[in-house]
Amino acid sequence: MNQANQDIVGRGNKEGGALFRNWFGELTEQAEQNNRVPYVFVMGSMNEILKSFDFPVVFPEVNSLQTAIRKDSANLLNQAEDYGYSPDICGYVKADLAMQLNGGKHPMGTIPKPSMAVFTNACNTYIKWAEIWERLYGIPIFTFDVPGTRADGTASQPGSEEFKAEQKYVKGQIKELIELCEKVSGQKFDIDKFKEVLGYTNRMMDAWKKVMELNASMPAVFNALTDGTVFLGVANGFRGTKEGAEYFENLLEEMMYKAAHHIGTLTEEEFRLIFIGVPCYPIFRKFNEFFTDWKGVFVHSTYLWFASGGSNLGVQYDLDNPIDSLAEGILIGVRDAMDSMFHQNNTVAKLLDPYSIDGVVFHPIKSCRTTSTGQADSRNWLSKNTGIPTLIMESDMMDERVVTPAMMKNRADAFFEGLITRKQNLK
Amino acid sequence: MTFRSKILESWKGKSLHDVFELCRELVEDPNYPTVKEWREQGGKVLGHFQVYFPEELAHAAGMLPLRVCGGQADGIEAESKFGSYLCSIIKTSLDLALTGKMDLELFVTHPICDAARNLGAIWGRNFPYKAQILYLPQNANSKYTHEYLTFEYNRLKKDIEGVMGPISDDSLKASLELFNKSRALMRELYDIKRETPWLIKAEDAYVLTKLAGMVTKEDYIELMSWVLPQVKERNLKKQDKMRVVFEGGFCESPPVELIQTIERSCYLVDDDLFIGLRYILSDISTEGDPVESLATAYLDQSSYSPVQHDNNKEKGDMLLARVKNADAEAVIVSAAKMCEPGLEEQVTYIKMLEKEGIDSFVNEFEENQTSFDQIGTQLETFVENILFSEEVA
Repeated sequence: MNQANQDIVGRGNKEGGALFRNWFGELTEQAEQNNRVPYVFVMGSMNEILKSFDFPVVFPEVNSLQTAIRKDSANLLNQAEDYGYSPDICGYVKADLAMQLNGGKHPMGTIPKPSMAVFTNACNTYIKWAEIWERLYGIPIFTFDVPGTRADGTASQPGSEEFKAEQKYVKGQIKELIELCEKVSGQKFDIDKFKEVLGYTNRMMDAWKKVMELNASMPAVFNALTDGTVFLGVANGFRGTKEGAEYFENLLEEMMYKAAHHIGTLTEEEFRLIFIGVPCYPIFRKFNEFFTDWKGVFVHSTYLWFASGGSNLGVQYDLDNPIDSLAEGILIGVRDAMDSMFHQNNTVAKLLDPYSIDGVVFHPIKSCRTTSTGQADSRNWLSKNTGIPTLIMESDMMDERVVTPAMMKNRADAFFEGLITRKQNLK
Repeated sequence: MTFRSKILESWKGKSLHDVFELCRELVEDPNYPTVKEWREQGGKVLGHFQVYFPEELAHAAGMLPLRVCGGQADGIEAESKFGSYLCSIIKTSLDLALTGKMDLELFVTHPICDAARNLGAIWGRNFPYKAQILYLPQNANSKYTHEYLTFEYNRLKKDIEGVMGPISDDSLKASLELFNKSRALMRELYDIKRETPWLIKAEDAYVLTKLAGMVTKEDYIELMSWVLPQVKERNLKKQDKMRVVFEGGFCESPPVELIQTIERSCYLVDDDLFIGLRYILSDISTEGDPVESLATAYLDQSSYSPVQHDNNKEKGDMLLARVKNADAEAVIVSAAKMCEPGLEEQVTYIKMLEKEGIDSFVNEFEENQTSFDQIGTQLETFVENILFSEEVA
């Protein structure tokens, strides 16, 4: 590898890891000083408002998935189930509850207690989850309600009466959230700081959209499942910050360089895949190897859309009209995140040609009805309407008791044998 | 369109016992005979998934609002549409539609849970008619919510009008009045359950409530207006049973046999079964804009459930009020299998009841379950333990 390659290739993962460690270091400091911080979620974090108040933020979903990757989730799930929670509910919720009961102890540091919780309706479990903190800590919780698409293909469009009514509702809630933040922080809302934050988000979202588009290159410049998860962590934790904007601009530079020099991912690429759902964190690397062992690379995923809260669209806020523009952006972005889970079939179908897709992998999980309930039917639709080969394998994002690596590998092997035969027949 | 079901005419002249038998047959029949008859007469049907739906909008248009709440189905047709980890009601509801037992012109689901929201998209991919999500607000406490909900109801009204033609304010107000009467009769039924539970079996009250979701309001009011005075006039003796509240049936509901099992050792004095049909607690105003009145009722005149967050309705406190209001001695804290919000709320309820020193019996159920012996034995033991400890004290 030449010097230019060494300097730039892999930079995104390295810098992402460093930002992550700093983030958790900062959270640990907050916890050690007994400071409380807002808890938010990936689908509609409202970081644009929170960062205007310089709040450090906790993403409980990110905390929980880290426990699975670091092999700590089994203990936490058991503890939450001993407390009374069913084995059949969201594993993220249970891991977080156990962490709360353990004083915030986490493999990457210590998680401070919440000062408030802000969550959208993009996932109903967010609401139930926040109600737990409300009862544990007596904190204010804010349900940020974003009307979603009523039926596939009928989302209201800017300028329509329907959109105006929805935007008004969202804007009203933004004002109320600002009032709550002023109360919790003791600070007045600063419109200039807010515009600065929006500017950082604009830079991040613009670069993020372009990064994803670059994966239409052959070979793909990043693995949507593994590298993509690192990018998502930064997209959430550093949304609305200078570091986040710079990170994604650097990432875009890296990916453009890789595309220009035909540098792919760390593994050979013969089959290009789309991943639907949430990763299998208890066997995160091994799950990916089920595919890379057959030279399969995930070039896109619905996870990149919904878990970035719809920032994949690259929406740009109008800094001269910041509140209205944020309302519009949140409505479009969070709604898109919901569509990525409920109505993803048409969008995925449109990606098959531009991204030269060979197959689509569906991964419904026990923990999450939001992302999983419609997958089997969506798969049926996709197969019937596009003829693309698909694989569905069920497991979990947290609970290794329902993760069966041998069986999953068998299914992946059979899938690739089918893909190979299909490719040979097409030649 | 005025419709009176011949099937529901058939109760006339029967004994109270036989009327309850008929009600049970109707609610357990997966072929929806009342709906079939409505369709045979040229009627159109709006199917709405649990929990709450403003049925008045469909009624005012001349549609039959049908509560889609699962039922007895083998689930074979729907099996390929879903994964493993899902509650039964989602699967059986779709199955009943896929097998032609429930034909609709419009399907509406709600953001009550993520499985229910997915159901809208799945329905839309499998049927030619419009399937949609009615985005009932999850932020009940914003001062902007009422205006939004009014807008959302008007949006739905337009979709219904697309099927049925214009709905006038006068016809909607007439529907509000009719539904107010129906809800008042249901409140009367629950007053009987609370005050004189020995006068009506829990299973009879259960089927009588469920029936409201699958017949016309006109028929239902006529039936209830005859049944309730009959019940009150019964000369039945109070038995020595424990008074319990059943909580956890807000969406998927248990089979009648489970209610019978509970009844063997307890009086079921209140519950959240089919709470959507009873969600509005007082008469909806027929003054002013009727759509605005519907929105006001949902936000300010409503009960509670695990699928609506409202800062003014802390669920533990709401359950406690239900228990106290019914003078109950214990609570059956239940949840449908795989029901995320129900299972999560179950823990809240248990912790709150423990704190208040109220005994609770915890279980899970499924609409299609067939075995009740074990739960019957456990419940009897639970009751005996409480009675024994009271005697010792």
